[in-house]
Amino acid sequence: MNIIEFIHDHGNEIIQLTTEHIMLVSVSIVGAILAGVPLGILVYQQPRLRTVVLGFVNILQTIPSLALFALLIPLPLFGGIGVKTALIAMVLYSLLPIVANTFAGLMGVNPAVREAAVAMGMTDRQLLWKVELPLAVGVVFTGIRIATVMNVGLATIAAAIGAGGLGMFIFRGLAMLDTRLILAGAVPAAAMALLANYGLSLIERRIGGRYAPMRQFT
Amino acid sequence: MDGIASAVEFRDVTFQRASGRAILSSVSFSVQKGESFALIGRSGSGKTTILKLINRLLDPSAGEVLVDGKSTRQWDAIHLRRRIGYVLQDVGLFPHLSVAANVAIVPTLEGWKPSRIDTRVNEVLHMVGLEPGNFGSRYPHELSGGQRQRVGVARALAADPPLLLMDEPFGALDPITRAELQQELKHLLASLHKTMVIVTHDIPEACVLGSSVGLVQDGKLVERLPPDKFLQSSHPEVQAVIRSLTLQNILH
Repeated sequence: MNIIEFIHDHGNEIIQLTTEHIMLVSVSIVGAILAGVPLGILVYQQPRLRTVVLGFVNILQTIPSLALFALLIPLPLFGGIGVKTALIAMVLYSLLPIVANTFAGLMGVNPAVREAAVAMGMTDRQLLWKVELPLAVGVVFTGIRIATVMNVGLATIAAAIGAGGLGMFIFRGLAMLDTRLILAGAVPAAAMALLANYGLSLIERRIGGRYAPMRQFT
Repeated sequence: MDGIASAVEFRDVTFQRASGRAILSSVSFSVQKGESFALIGRSGSGKTTILKLINRLLDPSAGEVLVDGKSTRQWDAIHLRRRIGYVLQDVGLFPHLSVAANVAIVPTLEGWKPSRIDTRVNEVLHMVGLEPGNFGSRYPHELSGGQRQRVGVARALAADPPLLLMDEPFGALDPITRAELQQELKHLLASLHKTMVIVTHDIPEACVLGSSVGLVQDGKLVERLPPDKFLQSSHPEVQAVIRSLTLQNILH
């Protein structure tokens, strides 16, 4: 059967491109968390910056992903062809769910709980670290999960600017009209997205479950 | 000095929202150490604002609020709040912390040693009638409304603050649990010699817990008397409240 033959011939390449793909997704997500969570906290604490920052991450999201990759190429410093540019585009793209969910999670903290914390003599920093962030963490994590699943798809397009990953198979397959090559890229990518979604939602439920019953008496 | 100063004193205090709407106008009163002052009034009369001016969640627009003889503007807000126990209307227990951790909050912020915190947490949980071994490790959502209120009181007492503020602490409870907690709190406070300012819209509660009862109407403190005199006051608003109470009794 030619599927077995195909896998035999391309096995190493599948493994290599899958690894590249995982690297692209995980590095960009870590970057997006490192940038997005502080940004979400910032817009929560500084209402004046809200429109600007949330507007910016929203606009980023409206740019078609392929266009975002292309737009970055001519830029100095960020631009060029290859992994670096792809990672920057993926970080920018995944900012919206993370920033928006961090902000929403913090806004969703029961005002009575916040007031109690302030009235008990917590400083702003203690309020944030001891009360607001622990209570927002479930919602923040939802944003991270959404961004991760999105990035698995996005990383396939990164191949268009030479960043490698499973997109290599897809683009090659499209060029050669070879369905097997397209599937060799698409099937592992889809499996990866489903797996990431499932795994992260398990963690999310564990985090969220501790606080979810609280909402009854907010 | 310390012996002379009132625990809490309002001097001609006015509070306005940023919009200019006046919430309190020219409120003056003082609460002596060990005294408990119950404020009653309709919703929106300004009672809660009075509490928030004491622990500096709000600053007066005019006039002065003094705690232990010192204007709240001169107090460091964080330091001031840590020596005032605060029990809120909807409790505001931290849902992500166990009962013991909730009660330990202020001692932890104050940097007590863990062993001292443990001892104190057990002590105050006992005081409010909760067995530490049974309740300490539970989370707030695993408690009944009455138990949560008890934890709220224990949390307010944990760092042994000289002053307690209570904002409708038993508002959400059924009448029987409420009456029980009122009696327990009364005895607890008497034994601890705390100064307390309590806000409620329940006259029996005000009379049980307050050594004096004040009526707040449209941002003014219009009457302040000991409970027995208060019930005989000829003030029309007091009469109105008492009439509503009598009617309730008949229907029961």
